[in-house]
Amino acid sequence: MNGFARHRRSGRVIATFTGFEADLLRSLASQLVELLRNESAVPREGVDPLEAMMDFSGPTSEPEDPVLARLFPTAYPGDEEASAEFRRFTEGTLRDGKAAGACAIIDALEEAGLPPELEEDGLMIDVELEPPAAETWLRSFTDLRLALATRLGVEEGDEEVWYALPDDDPRAQAHDIYEWVGYLQESLVHAMTH
Amino acid sequence: MCHDGFVSATSPVEVEPTVTPDEVTFLAKPWVTIVWNDPVNLMSYVAFVFQKYFGYDKAKAEKLMLQVHREGKSAVSSGSREEMERDVQAMHEYGLWATMEKQ
Repeated sequence: MNGFARHRRSGRVIATFTGFEADLLRSLASQLVELLRNESAVPREGVDPLEAMMDFSGPTSEPEDPVLARLFPTAYPGDEEASAEFRRFTEGTLRDGKAAGACAIIDALEEAGLPPELEEDGLMIDVELEPPAAETWLRSFTDLRLALATRLGVEEGDEEVWYALPDDDPRAQAHDIYEWVGYLQESLVHAMTH
Repeated sequence: MCHDGFVSATSPVEVEPTVTPDEVTFLAKPWVTIVWNDPVNLMSYVAFVFQKYFGYDKAKAEKLMLQVHREGKSAVSSGSREEMERDVQAMHEYGLWATMEKQ
């Protein structure tokens, strides 16, 4: 695949994915949606059901999962109380926004012809995005890359470490996917700004 | 998975406390939004976000982006506490690592 390009006349950005690539992207986006929705935003144990329904507040402590902790950073370092308040008012909205973004990618791929189960060889998926949809994809690529990088433990300037791993090492494969999403994102920024 | 009718609770509206004109002047821009370097976000993307969200021109956005990249962090906006909370939330929407502090 050649990344994203802008269609001059319509202003849309376009990309062609192989069935395999589209399926991989859908799988990454689905995993992110599950993660965002799995770890309950608010601890619900031992709470009266009516009380739980009437409680519109969000979480106040940093998520345990390191990916979620990176996606929802502490806003006031050194001020626990202010950070908790900020989190309570923002994390729910942020989670929903990020899940909606990943869902937009899944929906667009399926609307472009990606079947629920990929069986056919040689399937090509053409995606065309209006500018607002392109920005949603751009933001969601960031979330996917942050998730992959956090799981892998990517650090500044550590490329050689990854390239030195044997090809069949699952971490090398995951890092290849991380770099591929980075390539997609770079080409999308370029298509949107040039 | 994406169409399970999941509905989130809306955040309660925060009421602006009453402040006297003197306090307004004194508190004009006491808070800053800081964006921190991370090994993941692309330089082109960070500059794009600064242009798109803050409305900065390309030169200013790239200068701030390079400051984040080279110095590890940059103060990208300043204003009231409420304004900076909005900016920090927006940066988190874009996946940037942002915090706020008093100047």
